Amino acid sequence: MAGKPKLHYTCGRGKMESIRWLLAAAGVEFEEQFIEKNEHLEKLRKDGDLLFQQVPMVEIDGMKMVQTRAILSYIAGKYNLYGKDLKERAWIDMYVEGTTDLMGLIMQLPLQSAEMREKNLALIIERAKTRYFPVYEKALKDHGHDYLVGNKFSWADIHLLEAILMVEECKPDILSAFPQLQAFKGRISNIPTIKKFLQPGSQRKPPADDKYIANVRKIFNI
Amino acid sequence: MSGKPRLTYINGRGRMEPVRWLLAAAGVEFEENFVETKEQLEKLIKDGDLLFQQVPMVEIDGMKMVQTRAILNYIAGKYNLYGKDLKERALIDMYVEGLADLNELISSNFFQPADKKEEHLATVMDKAATRYFPVYEKVLKGHGQDFLVGNKLSRADVQLLEIILLVEESKPDILAKFPLLQSFKAKTSNIPNIKKFLQPGSQRKQPIQEKDIPRLMQIFH
Repeated sequence: MAGKPKLHYTCGRGKMESIRWLLAAAGVEFEEQFIEKNEHLEKLRKDGDLLFQQVPMVEIDGMKMVQTRAILSYIAGKYNLYGKDLKERAWIDMYVEGTTDLMGLIMQLPLQSAEMREKNLALIIERAKTRYFPVYEKALKDHGHDYLVGNKFSWADIHLLEAILMVEECKPDILSAFPQLQAFKGRISNIPTIKKFLQPGSQRKPPADDKYIANVRKIFNI
Repeated sequence: MSGKPRLTYINGRGRMEPVRWLLAAAGVEFEENFVETKEQLEKLIKDGDLLFQQVPMVEIDGMKMVQTRAILNYIAGKYNLYGKDLKERALIDMYVEGLADLNELISSNFFQPADKKEEHLATVMDKAATRYFPVYEKVLKGHGQDFLVGNKLSRADVQLLEIILLVEESKPDILAKFPLLQSFKAKTSNIPNIKKFLQPGSQRKQPIQEKDIPRLMQIFH
């Protein structure tokens, strides 16, 4: 049974969102089973569905895959979004790890106290402006291509767009000093599969609100 | 230019240790450039050598690679330690990411407040014994082979050995209930490249000592 990939997670972004983006960008339809209560999580654990007792978990090609990076690498490889050789993969990996670090900072905000949140928000903006975005701006400027690696659409481009939009939610004018990234954002957003994903009604999830976080704390006991 | 990979990091395990293990297991000689002062790190940044202004950085095949996972993926791919197809890679990735999580938990003990360290370590050892090691014991039991994936040495095996030894440093009897991991440890330790790396005088690094902490903090903050 070929079947669509089935995603197990809460009904929110968290660590699953990058996977939703990648599948959507690859034009792959997927199903979602939302964990809404602690009992749902415990059942998955008891049934032996979660290799390390954790989600995300994605049922795909007969596997119950866990570990976000493993899942993303598999999808990228399967749908030809991972470069044409080892060196292109190396660049894609470096770029993706950078955007992962940046988005990782943002992902923690809702779980922090108001004071920590304010401090970390300032750090995120500083890092985006001085450590991360300049790298991608330079890469695009240097080769003048539409995409980050190998003049071909890859996982790195999808992940960068996701990161740009996420940082813009923190600071709408974050790209003001990055003309290449502005153009990049426009181009990639217009790719049909991505354009569709960015429209209301898609499986893209909204930022976490207090109600969602309260439920996440209950489900995961944190 | 020697052509050997050149590792830039502090003279300690940290995030570079898995890279040292993997290169050693692959039989690849490498050089090391130790960052010993804040000024040295700042120079690397100013010279544009660090893509995201961070170490680890590995000069390899004309690239200045950063980001531990990118580096490890490249080395594993280059030296055929990454499985034979996408599905084997998926398994290897899952196993390796689990081990990376455990490694992260152990490393995070360093940053716990002094009065919480012991309790935290106990929790981590418990996770090793109930969440992580049972998985690898079960995998080995399931196929009865010497290696985790595809009946062939891969980065997953190298990293599993690294983590077993790391955990044993805190809890020497951690493998008491895991007979297959015990024999895995013995067999894998005996692979010539790995055996060599485990001997004194190799480039394997020792745990950070309390006395070194102030100096290291100064480099990065």
